[in-house]
Amino acid sequence: MKMKGSQAFVKCLEEQGVETIFGFPGGAVIDLYDELLNAENLTHVLVRHEQAAVHAADAYGRVRGEVGVALVTSGPGATNTVTGIASAYCDSIPMVVFTGQVPTMLIGNDAFQEVDIVGITRPVTKHNYLVKKAEDLIPTIREAFHLARTGRPGPVLVDLPKDVIASMVNYTEPKPIKMRTYKPTYEPHPGQVEKACKTVLKAKKPVLYVGGGVIHSNASETVTELAKKLDIPVTMTLMGLGGFPGTDPLSLGMLGMHGTYYANMAVANCDLLIAVGARFDDRVTGRIDAFAPNAKIIHIDIDPSSISKNVKVDIPMVADCHHAVTAMNAWFDSSKDFDARAAKEQHQQWHDQIKDWKNRHPLGYVEEGEVIKPQFVVQKLHELTHGDAIITTEVGQNQMWAAQFYHFNKPRHFLTSGGLGVMGYGFPAAIGAQMAAPDRTVIDVAGDGSIQMNIQELATARQYKCPVKIAILNNNYLGMVRQWQELFYDKKYAHTTLDVAPDFVKLAEAYGAVGLRATKPSEVEPVIKEALKTNNTVIMDFVISREEGVFPMVPAGKATTEMLLV
Amino acid sequence: MKHTISVLLQNKPGVLSRVTGLFSGRGFNIDSLSVAETLEKDVSCLTLVTHGDEAIIEQITKQLHKLIDVIKVTDMAEHEHVEREMVMIRIKAEDETRAEVLRVIDIFRGKVVDVSPKSYVVEVTGSKSKVQAIIDILRPIGIQEIIRTGATAITRGKKS
Ligand SMILES: Cc1cc2nc3c(=O)[nH]c(=O)nc-3n(C[C@H](O)[C@H](O)[C@H](O)COP(=O)(O)OP(=O)(O)OC[C@H]3O[C@@H](n4cnc5c(N)ncnc54)[C@H](O)[C@@H]3O)c2cc1C
Ligand SMILES: Cc1ncc(C[n+]2csc(CCOP(=O)(O)OP(=O)(O)O)c2C)c(N)n1
Ligand SMILES: [Mg+2]
Repeated sequence: MKMKGSQAFVKCLEEQGVETIFGFPGGAVIDLYDELLNAENLTHVLVRHEQAAVHAADAYGRVRGEVGVALVTSGPGATNTVTGIASAYCDSIPMVVFTGQVPTMLIGNDAFQEVDIVGITRPVTKHNYLVKKAEDLIPTIREAFHLARTGRPGPVLVDLPKDVIASMVNYTEPKPIKMRTYKPTYEPHPGQVEKACKTVLKAKKPVLYVGGGVIHSNASETVTELAKKLDIPVTMTLMGLGGFPGTDPLSLGMLGMHGTYYANMAVANCDLLIAVGARFDDRVTGRIDAFAPNAKIIHIDIDPSSISKNVKVDIPMVADCHHAVTAMNAWFDSSKDFDARAAKEQHQQWHDQIKDWKNRHPLGYVEEGEVIKPQFVVQKLHELTHGDAIITTEVGQNQMWAAQFYHFNKPRHFLTSGGLGVMGYGFPAAIGAQMAAPDRTVIDVAGDGSIQMNIQELATARQYKCPVKIAILNNNYLGMVRQWQELFYDKKYAHTTLDVAPDFVKLAEAYGAVGLRATKPSEVEPVIKEALKTNNTVIMDFVISREEGVFPMVPAGKATTEMLLV
Repeated sequence: MKHTISVLLQNKPGVLSRVTGLFSGRGFNIDSLSVAETLEKDVSCLTLVTHGDEAIIEQITKQLHKLIDVIKVTDMAEHEHVEREMVMIRIKAEDETRAEVLRVIDIFRGKVVDVSPKSYVVEVTGSKSKVQAIIDILRPIGIQEIIRTGATAITRGKKS
């Protein structure tokens, strides 16, 4: 069927199952926007800054387990997406970003609003394309979605010159995509499965180390089955939170720099570490040679380059987490060497040891009469949402308190910028999450610094009637950086006090949102309750104890057992 | 350790910068690099020489493989192979040295590819050490300029 490129663009999005896209128009993409007016099954969310479009698409994709989509114009529109794309790349988030480009005959001429966005984003995309010929338009869009959602997911950018989307193209029905150079491995090697399972049977002190890959592959249930079947304690990365129920007795909570004492002790002392969809990030390992020093390591990851990148692995399994763990479960179910009761007994001492660590240093904080503790706010949020809200975060202390004190029981409930750590992620992400799940409670746990990085999105939230809640843990500091200055830079607080700050309540009101403030612990619950029953965007400004630190903390470069405790 | 890695790639715009960007972005070394078309018009072969310990070489091959346009990555260290490099040398060749230069070139099975009253351009192909050897031998006579291609390599025996 002959049609205009812009029309084919919309048709391709619809055929890929896209329902919502986040974007911001400009000269190079007017044709596409023109066509969006006719697209009945496609909602376009007009953000106020292109970075927000990308974060929102990131969160939308994560909540739904689909590919998020953003659309922006050439030049500044395109460069504004870079931070969002880089964040999605670091966190392996499936996404397609469409950028407008100057007409092909002008490319390379330093034309108005021309940038080489394919060159700029090459190191932060899974792959990217400049569509130079109209006949390549449709196949490229389809390939982009295919790459974004398969294998190790990631952002793919498609740069669309103005003349290409204005030309006539021939639309044909999609066919399964075959690429000569790209065939991710989903099924584990049976030999490796057997080797891994036999090793698990021998372990006396095993730990499961669950990462973001478990969320991406929808493997939470199978991983939970494995943990319960063999009675293995489970720790999660920041990106893996919710991959295993956080309130389960087998849960050790998060590991790493701000992980729990017991998770880090368990990893340091285990004899077998089973890494599932996790990438041994330096925030997790601390000093590499002291990370799980006496353990055999099994590593399941769909990306061969993740395996033995930072830590040498004994039993690698290149596979999708869901497929691999399903195969392991099946092996145990059919093995005559496996006996659930015996496994329990074999791990009993290990569980006792862990219980002792848990009792000695539980996650906690010191209450101080009349000041609000940030951890208390997160606990209250958990309690009053029954642990069922979708939580996004900004970056810094707020992010860590959310991770530590909101015990996630289900996957796709915690959205945070982990690998890049982008201040300003949480609020646009909350909007994306709310668009993906209109009936859910969505809360951005924010810092007073970070929230100002994308505060303009209050207009977007209002325009699309997103009743997202922003809980600012307001310490009037760039708290996380200040914490480092306090602990490692002789309390020299260089430029971490936000001397001038807006009145967040009034700011909310200026946008037609609702602003609430709590300055005493007794006000926390009423404010949250009020916010939760308000069918509007709400900022909750919690004035918290200013110098509160995040603990435990493993100082950078130290062994994970060298934790600073509360 | 030095490794010669052969990379088959889809011949698309920007593909070379994906490879070089990978090396610079991840702090891997490129000692030499050469690239040209293969029998298939839309496939190029890139030969690069790099160095690093085992873990680094493993990452290099895995990361190369991960590039969407890469078809195949072969670490030549794992195969019997023939490796060659070509050098062109502009060498001073005046009355008293002309014969000497020709004799040396002959020993190395090189060729004179350009002649002018005061210099020759000679071409020599061989292993890296052979190329280095002729450069070392000719240097005292007066090398004015050299151009090396960097290594290219092919596996021995049947096509794998
Ligand atoms: C201020 C701050 C503090 C932080 N502190 C901590 C901390 O204390 N603890 C912590 O854990 N993190 C912390 N982080 C986050 C940290 O930087 C990393 O983002 C995080 O540890 C990475 O999580 P992950 O290993 O689960 O990997 P991810 O980035 O989620 O990567 C997923 C892995 O799974 C693989 N994968 C993807 N899909 C599949 C599939 N279908 N099948 C199999 N494998 C798949 C990928 O190849 C990749 O290797 C912090 C971040 C910030 C900003
Ligand atoms: C875009 C960006 N710039 C700088 C940083 C470095 N940084 C990390 S945490 C942090 C402080 C954040 O302050 P705030 O949002 O108030 O959070 P708090 O730590 O006080 O909870 C800074 C500046 C970053 N992560 N992202
Ligand atoms: Mg702050």
